[in-house]
Amino acid sequence: MAERLSMIVFSGTVDKLYPVSILASGAVAMGMDVDIFLTFWGLNAFFKDTIKTNTRMSKDFEDMTSMMMQVMKEKKVPSWHDTLRKAKELGNVRIHACSMTLDLLGLKKENLDDMVDDIMGVGEFIETARDSKITLFI
Amino acid sequence: MSEEPKVDRLIDARNTFCPGPLMELIRAIREAKVGEVIGVLSSDTGSKRDIPLWTSKAGHKLIGIYEKAGYAEIVVQKMK
Repeated sequence: MAERLSMIVFSGTVDKLYPVSILASGAVAMGMDVDIFLTFWGLNAFFKDTIKTNTRMSKDFEDMTSMMMQVMKEKKVPSWHDTLRKAKELGNVRIHACSMTLDLLGLKKENLDDMVDDIMGVGEFIETARDSKITLFI
Repeated sequence: MSEEPKVDRLIDARNTFCPGPLMELIRAIREAKVGEVIGVLSSDTGSKRDIPLWTSKAGHKLIGIYEKAGYAEIVVQKMK
C-alpha cells in the first residue's frame, strides 16, 4: 500500500489553500496517496458557487494581499483549485468533507465542488489518517 | 555534459511554477513508450532537484541537466 499524506484543511484563505494543492501535487508525484479532510473555513472554500471567486487572504498579511494577487496574475500562476484538480487527475487524492461543518451550515454534498469525494465524520478521518506518514493541519 | 541527447518529445514548461514542470513530466512519461527520451524546459529552480529525485524514485533514467539562458533542459528516459 502506498504511503500517505493526510491534511486537515481548516483554513479557507487562498494563501493557505495554495500549499494544500502544491503539497498534494508533490505527494502524488512522489507516489504517495493523499487524504484531505475539509473542515470549517477549509470546507467553506470548496463551495461550488464561490470556489473560483474566493480572494480571501490571511488577515496578518492583509497589506500584501493586492500585491500578491497582482504578481500571481502577471506570472500566470494557476489557481490553487486547478492545481489540486491536476493532482487528483494524476494520483490518488481523496477529499472528504467534514459532516459536522456541513450540518452546521445546513448544506449538502451537491453544494460542494465535484472534487469533494464524500462526507466523513472526524472519527473515520482519524482512522484513515492513523497510519499516515505525514499529517498536517493547515 | 556537452553533447546534448536527442529527445523524442520536448515539454516547454518554462514560466510555470513548482510543481508544474515535474507534473508535466510525469504526465508525459505516462503517455510515452518505454525507452523514449523526454526533455523538459524549466525556469523553476526547484526542478533541477525534484525532477532528478522523482526520476530515480520512479525508476527512470536521468540523461542530463543542460543549463540554458534563464532555464534548464532536463532530459529523462522512460525505463519501465
